[in-house]
Order: sequence, then structure tokens, then C-alpha cells
Amino acid sequence: MGMAEAILLTIATAATPLLLAAIGELVVERSGVLNLGVEGMMLMGAVVAFGVALATGSAWIGVVAGALAGMAFSLLFGVLALTLVTNQVATGLALTLLGIGLSGMIGVAFVGQPGVKLEAISIPGLTELPLVGRLLFGQDPMFYISILLTAGVMWFLFRTRAGLTLRSVGDSHSSAHALGIKVIAIRYMAVMFGGACAGLAGAQLSLVYTTQWIENMTAGRGWIALALVVFASWRPWRVLAGAYLFGAITIAQLHIQATNLADLAGLPGPLYWLAGAVKSVPSQFLSALPYLATVVVLVLISRNRRLTMMNTPASLGRPFVPDR
Amino acid sequence: MRLELVKRPQQSVLFSALSPFIAFALMVVAGGLIFLALGKDPVDGLYAYFIGPLTEVWSLHELAIKAAPLILIAVGLSVCFLSSNWNIGAEGQFTIGAIVGSAIPLYFPDLQNAAVLPMMLVCGAIGGAAWAAIPAILKARFNTNEILTSLMLVYVAQLILDWLVRGPWRDPAAMSFPQAPAFHSWAIVPELMPMSGRANWGIVFAVIAAIAVWFMLARTLKGFEVKVIGQSPRAGRFGGFSTARTIVFAFLVSGALAGLAGIVEVSGAIGRLQPQISPGYGFAAIIVAFLGRLNPLGIVAAGFVLALSYLGGEAAQIEIGVTDKTVRAFQGMLLFFVLACDTLIHYRVRLVRPAPAAAPAAGPTPATEAAHGHG
Repeated sequence: MGMAEAILLTIATAATPLLLAAIGELVVERSGVLNLGVEGMMLMGAVVAFGVALATGSAWIGVVAGALAGMAFSLLFGVLALTLVTNQVATGLALTLLGIGLSGMIGVAFVGQPGVKLEAISIPGLTELPLVGRLLFGQDPMFYISILLTAGVMWFLFRTRAGLTLRSVGDSHSSAHALGIKVIAIRYMAVMFGGACAGLAGAQLSLVYTTQWIENMTAGRGWIALALVVFASWRPWRVLAGAYLFGAITIAQLHIQATNLADLAGLPGPLYWLAGAVKSVPSQFLSALPYLATVVVLVLISRNRRLTMMNTPASLGRPFVPDR
Repeated sequence: MRLELVKRPQQSVLFSALSPFIAFALMVVAGGLIFLALGKDPVDGLYAYFIGPLTEVWSLHELAIKAAPLILIAVGLSVCFLSSNWNIGAEGQFTIGAIVGSAIPLYFPDLQNAAVLPMMLVCGAIGGAAWAAIPAILKARFNTNEILTSLMLVYVAQLILDWLVRGPWRDPAAMSFPQAPAFHSWAIVPELMPMSGRANWGIVFAVIAAIAVWFMLARTLKGFEVKVIGQSPRAGRFGGFSTARTIVFAFLVSGALAGLAGIVEVSGAIGRLQPQISPGYGFAAIIVAFLGRLNPLGIVAAGFVLALSYLGGEAAQIEIGVTDKTVRAFQGMLLFFVLACDTLIHYRVRLVRPAPAAAPAAGPTPATEAAHGHG
């Protein structure tokens, strides 16, 4: 396996949880709901997936349990924000804070335990192909699920009647309600889909990315996923691109931290000097890169006010109370 | 049957006053259930959590130490939240405040007089305000989502602190421990009553800040501006208020108070910079702000409640052997209940039966019986 291939594989593994969480949140926001609880739902998915996989010995049962945990957790948000019309920003924050707390509490027993790994697939004849074999036919199942989900969401939102209905609810809930569309029911479904996706993203972290439970292991990925949705101006394929961009940044900084300058002695002079300059940057600043990149990307996107206004679901974050 | 909300013509005064108490009661009930689920006696658990810490003098001092940063931060957050600015990065502003304030004794170790501490406090507030200015300016200038930027800067601030205490500011005398040198005695926030416990002047600063911000919000034009912009930016603009100016003002106030909390915490409760300086005060303060119903005076009371949960978590770990991770779960639940109870202020909640279709099935009323009966 070549170096480039290995790097691409790790980028995919780093990008997948971002993509899963962001594509779910995209559907939620398209329905006009802002759920800031992604980080909390991911953590619940991660801890439940880890625990169930450990108890049953099956990573797949863990994945399903993680998705269900995320979905169940998102219902809490739904009941408050949709039925009791609480402030969506505050409720989403509450979901994240509760998720951090609950997952830490549940996960105490799992700290330091070796987990169950969701193995990469292997198709005889195809996986061994040079160059593209491992990339296309030898990755872990979550990678394929994330790509299929993205394609599915793209198709659903822009090619089906139900998708059109969902977008109409997000753009003008009053008009949708006047047309007899069940606004709240549709939003509940969107929120639960988002929860399941965040749960899957968490399961990927604890069953593929690290195969252990670490308290707060999402480390802000749920928030980066939220930023990706804005960055993508609510378009699925741009979420995919954004997730891989962030995956690449994460992996690049990890590689820089791990590389030994002595190993690069063979590089030509200016390149070696550049590598030395990069290596002299404290590791904490490299670790901060994904977070700083998020800020920069958000600024670049929001600078174009007209573009943002055009793409933002018009009812995003606004509560809806049916007036019978 | 389903829930139906009917908008009240006016906010319910009764529920405005009661909702924090109902929320707290609900959390106690839910907490009892959690203890049951963990196989502990709920009464013992709740006693250790919420009453035990109040029975001893030293632990009342600890309560004040923990309440001070929560109140300081939450009072600032109330200005942000009232003006619809979602600053959720207080934890980062707290951290930067602690760093900038600590720079004084670390860079001028020979400066040992009564001026050091005030300089540290001012620098801490400036540091926090500067860190909060980043999301504020980005929002005011480029319309960038402040929720995400302020939160991202929390991680950056924590990494900066980590770098400082492991790198340039590491105490060479502390062997391989990643920590800065301990502050000298002039750089430490004095204790209020050293005879009975550790409580320091932080809690006094917190109460003063709460009163000052309460006055600003309730009695001054600036406070009116904050609230108008928060409820209706359009109306605010017609009134000649600038949205951008309010954004920056709210973030600066909130950042300065969070930064002040940060420097008070390291120079009072901890005594030096170290990689971990906060058990999530910046996030818990969001709960404090809502539990206090965004009123600075209510926030003082709410700050003590959340401080109690921190102490109770430690006590419950020692006394009945539950993990201290329960603290954050309890705090998260509390915010949920607070938000749910707030619905009662604006809406009447009714349970409705699946209405018209079911009506004919109901038995005849006495009136109809009288009219048509015996026929």
C-alpha cells in the first residue's frame, strides 16, 4: 500500500463522522429546525454503540444501537423545541450539555476497555486491485453508508415530492400549514433522522476511528458538522466536499505532528527548511487548525450576504405553533 | 389525546416566578430516578447532593468559591442572550482572561505591591473582552454565525493555555509537571474570612457585577437598547439603535466578566496556571443564566444552585460512590426542565381529546336530556 493511498484512507476515516453528522443536520435544517445538539447526540451514539458492541460482541449491533440512541436522544429535543416551542438555540445547547453529561456517566465503566472494531470490507479480486482497490472496495462499512446517505439525501430532497414538502416546511411553515401539510410531524421526522445520523457518526468514532471510549471523544466534531452545513449553504454535495476538506486538515496536522524531522533529511534544501519551519510550530497550534479553519470558512461564506440569505431555509430556527 | 398550546395574552406572572422552582423540583425527582437506576438509595443520594454540602461551614465557603465564576459569567451572558447574541464561548473567554491576567505576575515577578492584583483583574477582563470581540466583530461586520465561532474559539483558547503551561510558562522547579509557577502573595485574591474557610473576594465581585448589570438593564437607556434589539432588531433600528453596536457591546461586557471570572479563579481558588482551570464553568453558566431567567439578581441565586450541584457531585462520589460525571448530567437535565417550564409562561398547555370527530360519541348532556328526553 502506497503512502498516498494510506493518507487518502485516513482522510476518509476522519471525514466520515463529519459527513454523517452534517448530512443529518442538513435535513433537519432544511425542515426549518436548528438543532445545536449534534455534539450531544454524537456522544450518546458513541457511548451506546461502544457499550452494546462490547456486550454483544457484534460491532454491527453496536452501529444500530448507536443510531437508535441518537434518534431517541433527538426526540428529547423534538418534544421541547417542536411540541413545547422552546427556544431552539437554547434547547439544542441543553441537548449537547446533557449528552456530554449522560455519555460521561454511562461511559465510566468503558474507560480503558478495548472495544470491538467494525472491520473493513474485503471483496476478493477487487480489494487487491492496485491504487484504487482499497479506496473503493476495502474501506469500513461506515464509509459506504455515509456516501450512500449523502446520495440518498440529495435524491430525496431534490427529486421526490416528500423532499419538496420538507423543503417547503423549512422555507415557510405557515404556507405549508395552510396547504394542509403536517408541519410538526414532518419536523419530528427530520429531527429523528438527524439524530440517527449523529448517532451513526458517534458509532463510527467509537467503533472505527478509535475503537475505544474516551470521555468527550467527539472533541467538537458535532460543532464542526454544524458549521459544515452553513459552509455548504445547505447543499448535500457541498457537505461532502466540506467534510473531506476538514478531514484532510485534521489528517495533515496529525501527520505533521507525527513526522520526525530527521526522517526528512533527504528532502531538497528549501523543502527541508520549510518542513523545519512547520515542525517548529508548537503542536497545540497544529491541533487548533481544524477549529481555526472552521472560523475562517464561516467568515468567507457569510461575507457574501446575498448568497447566504438566498440559501438559508427561511423558517430556520423559528418556532411554529399551529393556529388550528 | 395531544398537547395543545394556547398563547397567553400576557406573560403569566405566576409562572414567571415559579418556573425556576418547578424546574429544580423536577430535576430533583429525575435525579432520584437516576440514583435508583444506579442502584443507590435516592434519599441518601439527594441528601449528599443537595443538603449535605450546606451543613458545614467550610463547604459553604467552597460553595461561594464555585458560585463566583458561575455568577460573573452568567451575568454577562444575560446581556448577550437578552440582545439575541448567542455567546456560547464563555469558557474560552474565561481561559484567555486567566492567561492575560496571569501574565502580570509571571512577567513582572519583582513587582510586589498592592497594585499587582488590580492590574491582574483589569488585564483579565481585557483579555476576556478581546477574545469575545472576535466573534462579535465577525458577526457585526460579516454576519458570521456567532454560535459557531465563539464555540470554536473555546478549543483554541484551551490549546493556547495548554501550550503556555507546557512551554514558555512552565515552572522549571515543578519537575515535569505542566504548570506555571505559583503566584506570589500580592497576586492572590484575598480570602474574606480566612479563619473559617477559603472563600475569597470573587463572590463579592460577582454580586457587585450582578447589581451593576441589573441596574444597567433595568434603569438605563443602554439596557433598553439591549432588550429592544434582542426582541425586535427592526424596531430597534427605527428607534435609532445600531444592531452592530449592540452586538459588540454585549459581547464585550460578557467577555470582560468571563475574563474577570477566569483571573479570579486562577489567582484565588487555584493559585497558579495549569492545563485544567475550569470544570466547565463557561458552559454551566449558560444554565445559570437561564435558571435565573436572564435577570442578574435571579442569576445570583441560580449561581449558588449550580455551585451546589458541583459540590454535591464531589460529595456524592465520596459518600455514596457514584461517579462525579453525574454532575453534568444533572446540570443538563436542569436546563431542559427550565426551558420546558418557560413554555408555561407564554402558553397555556392543554390536553385535547381528538376533538370534533369524537364529540357525537359522548353521552347526552343533562340539558339535551331535558329537552328531548322521554320522547
